[in-house]
Amino acid sequence: MGFMANVPRLDGLIERLESADALDDLQGIIEELRDDLGVDHVVYHWVNSNGQQYGCGTYGDWAVRYAEKGYLRIDPVVQGCFQRFHPVDWKRLDWSGKAARAFLRDAIEHGVGNQGFSIPIRGPNGQFALFTLSHNCDDDTWEAFTEDNRRDLILVAHYFNQKALELEPGRTPEAAQPLSPREIEAMTLLAVGYNRAQAADTLSISEHTLRVYVESARFKLGAMNTTHAVARALSRGLIVV
Amino acid sequence: MIRYIYGSDLHRFPTLAASMFRDRADQFKTRLGWEVEVDVSGEERDQYDDENPLYVIWEEPDGRHGGSMRLLPTVGRTMVNDHFVHLTDGVRIQSPLIWECTRFCLARGARPGVAAALMLAGGEVMRSFGVAHYVGVFDARMVRIYRRIGSCPEILGQQGEGRDMVAVGLWEFTPEAQARVASSAGITPELSRAWFELSFNRAAQVAEVAA
Repeated sequence: MGFMANVPRLDGLIERLESADALDDLQGIIEELRDDLGVDHVVYHWVNSNGQQYGCGTYGDWAVRYAEKGYLRIDPVVQGCFQRFHPVDWKRLDWSGKAARAFLRDAIEHGVGNQGFSIPIRGPNGQFALFTLSHNCDDDTWEAFTEDNRRDLILVAHYFNQKALELEPGRTPEAAQPLSPREIEAMTLLAVGYNRAQAADTLSISEHTLRVYVESARFKLGAMNTTHAVARALSRGLIVV
Repeated sequence: MIRYIYGSDLHRFPTLAASMFRDRADQFKTRLGWEVEVDVSGEERDQYDDENPLYVIWEEPDGRHGGSMRLLPTVGRTMVNDHFVHLTDGVRIQSPLIWECTRFCLARGARPGVAAALMLAGGEVMRSFGVAHYVGVFDARMVRIYRRIGSCPEILGQQGEGRDMVAVGLWEFTPEAQARVASSAGITPELSRAWFELSFNRAAQVAEVAA
């Protein structure tokens, strides 16, 4: 047992995301993510500063129709998220315009669902991406789902984007974000079984400070939680115990 | 009232925006003597204002700025990671769940409740957007203000002594802290929530206009 005992359901998927080596792989992973989350659709869409686009997702025919109809111009989700950084429940957007209402009706008819949650992502050099889930259910169910899973979804969205950037054709791969010595110390103590209080005490920092260092390390390691981050740091040889 | 405004939307609030940048000049250059750039119209801006941050602003009844702070996700460029890594044990603090809070500013003569109202607003952002921590740079004078409103940051690292002290700190926002801050702001949690909804719930805005 040990630290891999309570790895949540998304960790397997994150592992497959990590080992993806072509943009085409992301389509299979996003379908799997939809199944894991139990929602109707998951979509990832990215625009870089040159206006180049890439997307994958489970909309199927709706994606084609969306492009044909030029819905990008009237979609309140795009208007409400572009160049911002807070996650948005679709209900909070302005659907009052005639075009927006017609668009929403069309989307629901094509199986998008009556609920949506979109996470804007800021990448390097003006890159912008949107990670969206949509579903058909009542408001309370959706609110409970997004509230319970918000932080996990935000992390998954960012890891998806990091992978997409890494696999962007013609891109020179950037060196993986290295951990600082302090982050390595913190992860090492957790790996050998120290709890947070003990690790913080050993490093002469507060538990809050430790939490922030571990949080940063987790993100740089592309992990969903601390145990997963420790496992990754070990498997990459960043820490040795 | 509190308004939450992205940089790209500031033009819709010209009086509020101009008075915020002037109050920032007054606070950071005139009062604190920081080496900040002030333009010909007396407004203080830096490179992070170009990153389309989310401003949390206290608007006075006359439409002017009473206090504000500036939020940015730490996955992008931040002041802490660009300039203060020596105060964080060399750790670049990066996570979509950690946002940076900078340029915490109070207008001259701002009522005591304004600082607390801003902290309360910071709590709304955390709860609604999945933010786990704020990290920020602050100076000695701010420590007293934070203590007074019941929201002391945890200090990650600091340099300088006395008036010249500059620190990197972090905030969490527990329900207890929220209750303390709400009481020193003299604002009910319901009102704080209503202001948040007014900025972020377009559907509510539309309903209000239609009503």
